[in-house]
Amino acid sequence: MTETNTYPPLKLSGLEPLIVTPESNFINVGERTNVTGSRKFLRLIKEDNYEEALEVALDQVQGGAQIIDVNMDEGMIDGKEAMVKFLNLIASEPDIARVPVMIDSSKWEIIEAGLKCIQGKGVVNSISLKEGEETFIQQAKTIKRFGAAVIVMAFDEDGQADNYERRIEICKRSYDILVDQVGFPAQDIIFDPNIFPVGTGMEEHRNNAVDFFRATKWIRENLPGAHVSGGVSNVSFSFRGNNAVREAMHSAFLYHAIQQGMDMGIVNPTMLEVYDDIDKELLTYVEDVLLNRRDDATERLLEFAESFKGEGKKKEVDLSWREGNVNERLSHALVKGIVEYIEEDTEEARQQHERPIQVIEGPLMDGMNVVGDLFGSGKMFLPQVVKSARVMKKAVAYLLPYIEADKREGDKPNGKILMATVKGDVHDIGKNIVGVVLGCNNYEVIDLGVMVPPEKIIKTAIEEGVDAIGLSGLITPSLDEMVTVAKEMQRADLKIPLLIGGATTSRVHTAVKIEQHYKNDQTVHVLDASRSVTVVEKLLGNHKNEFVDDIKQDYEKLRDHHEKNRGRKTLLSLKEAQANAFPITWNKDDVYQPKQPGITTFESYELKDLVDYIDWTPFFQTWELAGRFPNILKDEVVGESATKLYEDAKQMLQKLIEEKWLEAKAVVGLFPANSDGDDIEIYSDDSRSEVLSVQHTMRQQLKKSKKAFNIALSDFVAPKASGIKDYIGGFVVTTGIGIEKHIERFEKDHDDYNSIMLKALADRLAEAFAEKMHEHVRKELWGYAKEEQFDNDALIKEKYQGIRPAPGYPACPDHTEKPDLFKILNAQENTGVDLTESMAMTPAASVSGWYFAHPESKYFGVGKIGKDQVEDLAKRKGMPFEEMEKWLGPNLGY
Amino acid sequence: MSKPDIRELVNQRILVLDGAMGTMIQRHKLEEEDFRKGWFEEHDQPLKGNNDLLSLTRPEIIKEIHAEYFKAGADIAETNTFSGTTIAQADYGLEDAVYDINYQSAKIAKEVADEFTEKEPNKPRYVAGSIGPTNRTASISPDVNDPGYRAITFDQLVEAYSLQVKALIEGGVDLLLVETVFDTLNAKAALYAIDLVQEELKTDLPIMVSGTITDASGRTLTGQTTESFLISISHMPLFSVGLNCALGAKELRPYLKIMDDKAPFFVSAHPNAGLPNEFGEYDETPEQMGEQIESFLDEGLVNIVGGCCGTTPDHIKVIAEMAAEHEARKIKQL
Repeated sequence: MTETNTYPPLKLSGLEPLIVTPESNFINVGERTNVTGSRKFLRLIKEDNYEEALEVALDQVQGGAQIIDVNMDEGMIDGKEAMVKFLNLIASEPDIARVPVMIDSSKWEIIEAGLKCIQGKGVVNSISLKEGEETFIQQAKTIKRFGAAVIVMAFDEDGQADNYERRIEICKRSYDILVDQVGFPAQDIIFDPNIFPVGTGMEEHRNNAVDFFRATKWIRENLPGAHVSGGVSNVSFSFRGNNAVREAMHSAFLYHAIQQGMDMGIVNPTMLEVYDDIDKELLTYVEDVLLNRRDDATERLLEFAESFKGEGKKKEVDLSWREGNVNERLSHALVKGIVEYIEEDTEEARQQHERPIQVIEGPLMDGMNVVGDLFGSGKMFLPQVVKSARVMKKAVAYLLPYIEADKREGDKPNGKILMATVKGDVHDIGKNIVGVVLGCNNYEVIDLGVMVPPEKIIKTAIEEGVDAIGLSGLITPSLDEMVTVAKEMQRADLKIPLLIGGATTSRVHTAVKIEQHYKNDQTVHVLDASRSVTVVEKLLGNHKNEFVDDIKQDYEKLRDHHEKNRGRKTLLSLKEAQANAFPITWNKDDVYQPKQPGITTFESYELKDLVDYIDWTPFFQTWELAGRFPNILKDEVVGESATKLYEDAKQMLQKLIEEKWLEAKAVVGLFPANSDGDDIEIYSDDSRSEVLSVQHTMRQQLKKSKKAFNIALSDFVAPKASGIKDYIGGFVVTTGIGIEKHIERFEKDHDDYNSIMLKALADRLAEAFAEKMHEHVRKELWGYAKEEQFDNDALIKEKYQGIRPAPGYPACPDHTEKPDLFKILNAQENTGVDLTESMAMTPAASVSGWYFAHPESKYFGVGKIGKDQVEDLAKRKGMPFEEMEKWLGPNLGY
Repeated sequence: MSKPDIRELVNQRILVLDGAMGTMIQRHKLEEEDFRKGWFEEHDQPLKGNNDLLSLTRPEIIKEIHAEYFKAGADIAETNTFSGTTIAQADYGLEDAVYDINYQSAKIAKEVADEFTEKEPNKPRYVAGSIGPTNRTASISPDVNDPGYRAITFDQLVEAYSLQVKALIEGGVDLLLVETVFDTLNAKAALYAIDLVQEELKTDLPIMVSGTITDASGRTLTGQTTESFLISISHMPLFSVGLNCALGAKELRPYLKIMDDKAPFFVSAHPNAGLPNEFGEYDETPEQMGEQIESFLDEGLVNIVGGCCGTTPDHIKVIAEMAAEHEARKIKQL
């Protein structure tokens, strides 16, 4: 760029802005909503199937297109009508309409009709001097009046520019007319200096790419403000049918064009290879052609292309691995997670070995070791490993009858591990993953399932003579339950290691709360599934003592650190905290009478309506893939795995919706309520004479900086004394009804991958249902935010008015408030959701909580509280102090 | 009446736009006959509530309202033509009255403005032709089952707006104000019409555009973000761009800030007197609203400030006093 170029950036808009600055990366224009380029899109338009045509548009926006090109130039359709209809439909789809539109036509009347449909600032594609200056000026004026940017083709009265000189001559002439005569903003001019095919064998085409590159550079240096674009796929026209060569050629072309200043283009992202990934030899031949470096460049590329034919991104399933020997095939199947041939190969291996167990110990374990190594070094990811495990399990299942028949003395796995999700907790996805990983490493896993009471754990451990116990849990009461199990293990005088895992567990909690209760052997926190094998190996191996010493030292340090930290945070007395409550000036404008008071229930809610509300980020966390959705799909390290996983998830999601695997039910209640100190009184009806239930909220007690307050949820409801009639809501939603038989089906088939997938999806759907229901409450049932318009991302970021805190979560950590919530909603009957004795909901794919509507209500964490508040709560709730203390364990700040 | 070009004046001080017309008309407790008097006595449809007609049937009331706002310190009065298009008047079967409505509204506002300018030559008064959004949207289908349907097209809007703009200019307005934009495509049609008419009449009146952010999402009714809205109308050499209606001053601030940062034009704001209470009334007092407006001025967010729904001459008086104490704002983006 020249220094004198001080033109403002090109600014375009759909529902959201797109600003093209010199710093912007290349702007990718979606090309699939183009009847001349996409046979599928043409067919859909011809068949009047606009619904699916919109999906094509949505797909490419979600696939990263920053502008969508729409072209309806086809003899068999009424282009004008189709353009208007499609653009009007796009306007009703915020997920598509957020990007600007490129109205693409060679017919002026279609362009004009399109311009009349878009509220944002789009791009016209294209105009040129083809029909002379007068038409060109007239069209440019009109486009300016409509407020669109324009693509100008390097085309004049004499035809299309096909060499460097003609390109720059026509672009210069067009630019001068537009800027000087029409007053068109220079930054809104985008030149398309014609991308023509290379490697056609015709002498005059040899410099086509070079001329384009040079013209691009010249335009960017000499026509200040203007941009350069083009349709990239043209360049490889003569290599149709050879996608590998085409993909390489596109990326090499773009690589050079962008360097010269091309900043926008129509590109099919699926027909693009990563420049660095192009086969080096191929790249040399391709660049020889593009840059016209050798006289025989085309012949050489054609010759080389023959050897590449048929490959490329959309290549057929490669079966060359089937040619290896049986061990290689088993290893390949395990690493790639391919089940198709596993029984056949296992049988072949079995015949080659003396004993069936040797197949497991030999080739299968070798294969799993490769998987383990790849996993350990970050080259494979959990979803792949689980798929590998599935293959392994199939092979093992095939061998089992033979092994049974062949049983001899002395066959022993590496060790026997008992796994259980503790009493009161129903979450087991993580535990299952650990089970699979351990199983694959030749540990015998005894899985007791979920909600396992301590007695059963101890009893089974003794009877089976297990070598270690692994406990899992997700909800906070499980932490205390784990302490109980540790104490019981001590009492029963077990002498085996105890492993702790699950989302709410931590090294600190294990060190501070669990370890000291079990002195017979070591308690170890296991961060995630990938560490489980190492930890178990060490605990059961020859160097156990060194490992245990390290752990003990580490935990000792953690305890010290924790002790010191605790002193640092000062707690206010409950009275002081109450005096610093969140101040709301109560005004009846901020209080909303529900449109539909009382209980509303929802049976068999349409699952497909929830799909758009799914927050995918936690889904990937379940699979231990770190990163935010959708960026995670493109992540350098885990992107490929994440994408694969996401595809599988979407497939199952579609299936479970179509085949109605799960039933979604919900109950919502909106009740008159007023606060009374830290309590919220919920009334039977608007006369407010009869108290239906009392919600006992907890108040922050940590000493705050000057401007912050000590919040309790009751602060968000108008006090009785204000005389303002306020309201509160409650809800329970579930998407887990009917999940059991499908989980069983998968488990029977040794298909942990799909079993975990289903649970993870059900969890996501439940959260999505909660989100959707909250929106429905805001807009309809309570109706205080009828006009709100948020996309899913905004919902996930909690941009809406009002909150829906869930008992057991930071704003109201007291799980024992759940039974009252369930009672006033008659939730058990209305939704089929039950509470366990630990107050976990079953089915696990359920969400419950309260609704607060006040504009100033917000999420917060109660954090540590003092003994005075525990006493106060116990008194208010009529619960023994010790019991209250037990439930609030994680929040005790004394 | 000769007076300086408002495009010059805006560089010297903060300009004050008037307040609500509807709120003031309500105070007069008018009846059906007031809307018919002398013009539509025989019309076959009820006309009560069609406020734009009062410029013809009760011009003295409209003139009095303009005078009250000027007296309160407004520099610019808006004509009583918010619904002065054939599209909006079709609801009353009064498409034929549109030219008269606009022409007479402009004329009477100009008469009042001239009176004040004559009395106070140091504070010249201006008239902005108010161009409302119409009651139809070109970007949204009114039929949820048929999202591709449109109750109005761009061409129909251009035709309707052209007639209104022509009558306003011929009636003598000093500026054109495309306001309460909830569908940017409607506004683009209005701008398109203005461009055509000004070319035809060989005029060059300054154009103001004022959008409406409908809720806390920060978007227009048709879903555009504030910045997208700005980009979509920036092809015209506007005098000012800004926001009005739907929100009170407090809620408007974050979106005004975007205009302040990104607009290559002067910035205007005429918020409602707060958000409506449960009876649909706007009850922010002049002092409450003034406090918020003062913060806009302290921050240097706006060049032109006034009021929309619920505001009265009392509100404008407070605003005008504050405006006088602040220096002119300069455009950030050029």
